[in-house]
Amino acid sequence: MPVLTVSPSDDVASIVPRKGSRSRPIFDPPIVKRAVTDALVKLNPRTMMKNPVMFVVEAGAVMTTILTVRDLASGAGVAGFTFQISLWLWFTVLFANFAEAMAEGRGKAQADTLRKTKTETSARRVNGGRTEMVAAALLRSGDTVMVQAGETIPGDGDVIEGIASVDESAITGESAPVIRESGGDRSAVTGGTKVLSDWIKVRITSNPGETFLDRMIALVEGAQRQKTPNEIALNIVIAGLTLVFLLAVVTLQPLAIYSVASSGTGTAPTVTVLISLLVCLIPTTIGGLLSAIGIAGMDRVMQHNVLAMSGKAVEAAGDVNTLLLDKTGTITLGDRQAVEFLPLEGVSEQDLADAAQLSSLADETPEGRSIVVLAKQKYNIRGREVAEHEAHFIPFTAQTRMSGVDLDGRCIRKGATDSVTEFVREHGGQVPAQLTEITDRISRFGGTPLVVADRDRALGVVHLKDVVKGGMRERFQQLRDMGIRTIMITGDNPLTAASIAAEAGVDDFLAQATPKDKMDLIKKEQAGGRLVAMTGDGTNDAPALAQADVGLAMNTGTMAAKEAGNMVDLDSNPTKLIEVVAIGKQLLMTRGALTTFSIANDIAKYFAILPAMFMATYPALAKLNIMGLHSAQSAVLASVIFNALIIIVLIPLALRGVKYRPMSAAALLRRNLLVYGVGGVIAPFPGIWLIDHLLGLLHLA
Amino acid sequence: MTANGVFQILLFTAVVLALAKPMGAFMAKVFAGERTWLHRVLRPVETAIYKLCGIDEAAEQHWTRYAGSLLMFSAVSLLFTYLILRLQQWFPLNPQGLGNVAADLGWNTAASFTTNTNWQAYTPETTMSYLTQMTALATHNFFSAAVGMAAAIAVVRGFARHSTKTLGNFWVDFTRSTLYVLLPLSILAALLLCSQGVIQNLDPYTKVTTLEGTVQTIPQGPVASQEAIKLLGTNGGGFFNANSAHPYENPTPLANFLQMVLIFLIPAGLTYTFGKTVRDTRQGWAILAAMTILFLAGVCVVYPAEQAGNPVLTRLGVAGGNMEGKEVRFGIANSALFTVVTTDASCGAVNNAHDSLTPLGGLVPMVNIELGEVVFGGVGSGLYGMLLFAILAVFIAGLMVGRTPEYLGKKIEQKEVKMVMLAVLVLAVCILGFSAVGIGQATVAGSLGNHGPHGLSEVLYAYTSGVGNNGSAFAGLSANTMYLNTTLGFAMLFGRFLMLIPLLAAAGSLAQKKLVPVSAGTFPTHGPMFVVLLVGVVVIVGALTFFPALSLGPIVEHFLMHQGRLWS
Repeated sequence: MPVLTVSPSDDVASIVPRKGSRSRPIFDPPIVKRAVTDALVKLNPRTMMKNPVMFVVEAGAVMTTILTVRDLASGAGVAGFTFQISLWLWFTVLFANFAEAMAEGRGKAQADTLRKTKTETSARRVNGGRTEMVAAALLRSGDTVMVQAGETIPGDGDVIEGIASVDESAITGESAPVIRESGGDRSAVTGGTKVLSDWIKVRITSNPGETFLDRMIALVEGAQRQKTPNEIALNIVIAGLTLVFLLAVVTLQPLAIYSVASSGTGTAPTVTVLISLLVCLIPTTIGGLLSAIGIAGMDRVMQHNVLAMSGKAVEAAGDVNTLLLDKTGTITLGDRQAVEFLPLEGVSEQDLADAAQLSSLADETPEGRSIVVLAKQKYNIRGREVAEHEAHFIPFTAQTRMSGVDLDGRCIRKGATDSVTEFVREHGGQVPAQLTEITDRISRFGGTPLVVADRDRALGVVHLKDVVKGGMRERFQQLRDMGIRTIMITGDNPLTAASIAAEAGVDDFLAQATPKDKMDLIKKEQAGGRLVAMTGDGTNDAPALAQADVGLAMNTGTMAAKEAGNMVDLDSNPTKLIEVVAIGKQLLMTRGALTTFSIANDIAKYFAILPAMFMATYPALAKLNIMGLHSAQSAVLASVIFNALIIIVLIPLALRGVKYRPMSAAALLRRNLLVYGVGGVIAPFPGIWLIDHLLGLLHLA
Repeated sequence: MTANGVFQILLFTAVVLALAKPMGAFMAKVFAGERTWLHRVLRPVETAIYKLCGIDEAAEQHWTRYAGSLLMFSAVSLLFTYLILRLQQWFPLNPQGLGNVAADLGWNTAASFTTNTNWQAYTPETTMSYLTQMTALATHNFFSAAVGMAAAIAVVRGFARHSTKTLGNFWVDFTRSTLYVLLPLSILAALLLCSQGVIQNLDPYTKVTTLEGTVQTIPQGPVASQEAIKLLGTNGGGFFNANSAHPYENPTPLANFLQMVLIFLIPAGLTYTFGKTVRDTRQGWAILAAMTILFLAGVCVVYPAEQAGNPVLTRLGVAGGNMEGKEVRFGIANSALFTVVTTDASCGAVNNAHDSLTPLGGLVPMVNIELGEVVFGGVGSGLYGMLLFAILAVFIAGLMVGRTPEYLGKKIEQKEVKMVMLAVLVLAVCILGFSAVGIGQATVAGSLGNHGPHGLSEVLYAYTSGVGNNGSAFAGLSANTMYLNTTLGFAMLFGRFLMLIPLLAAAGSLAQKKLVPVSAGTFPTHGPMFVVLLVGVVVIVGALTFFPALSLGPIVEHFLMHQGRLWS
């Protein structure tokens, strides 16, 4: 097994959002069932008012319904046509409502699951020396509670005493327990999670109704959903276009009346036909799917186990110019790994590797294990069964700063340079100057030297190094292609930082960074017009998290950090920031793509409806009927049906987001313009033609 | 189409494109307040004007004050023109003793010249005295053009500046436009036109006895001076009713070529000024490229349509293209080209009768204006109009790169989008609204020169020309009626100022923003893809808005003509 294992979520060298851990099929039957009902409820004009485009369609549907009744009463021959138009206009509205309900439904289903965890728990409140049982709902911020193995933690808080393993699957969906202990950055616990072993004393930090779980339910349910800035701007554009088309259609009637009077034939278009033209022209596709796209974007973030506090944060993620990434745990694995054996003169690499491996056989630290594996890989020295030998392992202690093994008369030690040098001297040996040379060189480039000696003889040095996670280089390249700079933040000295930065392929680094340095860097970037995203977990990250445009806090982090950021990663995987950025971009792209598609569609609809409207007045306009639609009524009906069906067809795209590949803006635009712009112009022609022919076959028009 | 015709069109295009850079670079310097070779002579004049008018050259204005100054100036000059028109009978320089202009016509004409439209509902030689032509009308040719340039440069500054609340000073921009750009160029142009035979005098009208023995009155006047600024300022108001078809205004093919170049000179140059001011000349070239494509597309429709002529006449044995309403000294190619040029830019000067164009030939000028006159466009208004579409294009398509859309480093957000949509809406509301209401009026029906689709085109063209501040006429309509004068007056004012103010507002908001640095994630707005996109957005927005109305006018007329049906 290779030593450089990385956790499964890290090993794909791509920032393309993959299926998140909480994903479920798009058309999940229970969600669909609920969405169908919700679509009907949303017909309430007061709800519809919020969406000007679809409100116009609903108004059109109401009017054509009234006209149907009138036509039926008067016995006019067009009742069947009017009825079909009104039916499809209602469908158009319902389809749009259904899309929104589908997007919301996924969040609601998630909220229901979360609510189940919020069952009535009782808490052991510590009051002075005594403990009393109270209902969890009564706990206030500042109370202290005792939680024992098997009990549910009654509220959010900080561990002030004890250590325990906690099952946080209710929140994170991850079943492996985590350790929570007092002090440090692992002290935060969340209400609704369960203590598996030991006990902890927790100081509650939230009031009822404001807990993390409450907020999470509200967020996934979309209860406090507000339109994001870009969504509002886009709404203005499509509402403006709706007005323009309303005007174009309304003013068409006087022009038509003049034309009919002047040519002396035909009749001016009926109100039903004018409404149909209007509905076909206004951007119903994007109007109907816009809110669904936004909700689904939030939901996609959630499926990646990231809790975004607002849609605005997700949108901002798409705009990010600079990513600040902590070195340890994000860019590097966090543990040092053996990468090289550097023997002293007169010692073979084989011997050094052998000795180093022997000394590490019982060493369970990541460093120790990495030595065993490296020796095996490089020199094919297998771990030996040492029990048959008289082996005595010496564990590492803070005093000796060495570990090793006494075996078959050998006394192998490995450890810090000065400690091992001291050990060799004690046994009467000499340390050659070459050793200092090697160790200095390793230190200079950010590595850690581990000296290996056998009693009085120094053998050589093991080079331990911060190892960059697999695939990071490629990810940073992809980010660069998208125009995003990555800056590595580390407490290391500049030399070490530079060498790791070069290896990882980040654009810049901030060495020996203090929280203030980090804050200053963010402010400097922002002053240059850039949007900054960062991750953080510690309390001292909180101000920077709050300052950054996108602050992704780790769930394992402190409450302060979680409250300062505008997103929380429940998996506590800092690399996920990159995926969040991709999701943000995908959200904006989906909006742009569907808007372009929606507007491009109009061209074909003109060619269908206009000749149909005026064929009686000016038969010469039949030349515009390039699709060869077989009658005026079927042409209008086919356009309206196409307009309605396209919403349904595009629901999966709206919910899933358009396909996203990291590439430059120019390349992305070229591709999307071709697919959604040119595609949008072409697609309706065959679509309307097909529906027209089906209508003919079914004798519906 | 003839090889000679195609060559002349290409030559014209090449000359315009070649002049764009020197012209634009000069204007960029002028508006930035940098020294040019004209400063030695004109700078003292400039400072004297500021001193006289109490203008603080260094005082910057917030967009609201900028717009306020612009509106105030326009209102005062509108009133001034109206008064001169109404009182000309009592003023000197009126050798023909022409009477005062009627109230509705005075209103219409004052609005028309203030808005750079130069719609003329009257016959100049029998309505306007020399004094009126020179003080009320020719001055407006300068002023309205300078107002347009000032507005454009303010909008450009909105992109070029960052983190500031001001857009410059209207009075300074206005003075500089007039003094450094319009005046010197129009003097030069007037001399060139004189060399071709354009007249310049204050003589009474000449009476001559023709070969047939009848007496003909030949109008005279200070034509060359007004002619130059008529074209240079994309005004288009002719000294004579026949406009640039009149031999005293436009005597030779060379004069005709010069006239067309003058129309495009400043609008083309301003695209370079724009690029220079935003410190990326590629941005300006992209805008110019989009304009050139749209211009050539128009020519490619009008020229073949006119050359093909009317099939009904062809069947009667009339050979050649459509020469109805055209001057033989210009021919079909130069008439078609002039038609496209004058309606691309908001000029409105004509060297042929647009009413007599074939249906497709008449469709193009109308479409050109309805696109917002952004193909080169009016002096200043063409650039800010095109920037409006650039914002819209960037907003819709820019989202597809996965970022909040940016143009020239400025994020396009709610405020800008709102203002842009407002301007688009104004164009549509005014053209379609006025036309739809107008066509139902008995008084308008009485003004129509033709029935059927051609009659509809006449009304549509009138309001299109008015709202678009073009001023060219589809001559069939008798426009000097109370109803048309009044409504067209409003149409012109709405079309000018309700477009301009939202754009200044958007510029004011853009100026306050920070500059977002360019990266690989920025959608490049200087390449061929952006040009195609911009052209697409201009065409699609225009087509979607006006296609229904046009289909009942020139489009159906075209199909009917091919079926052999014409409209009396």
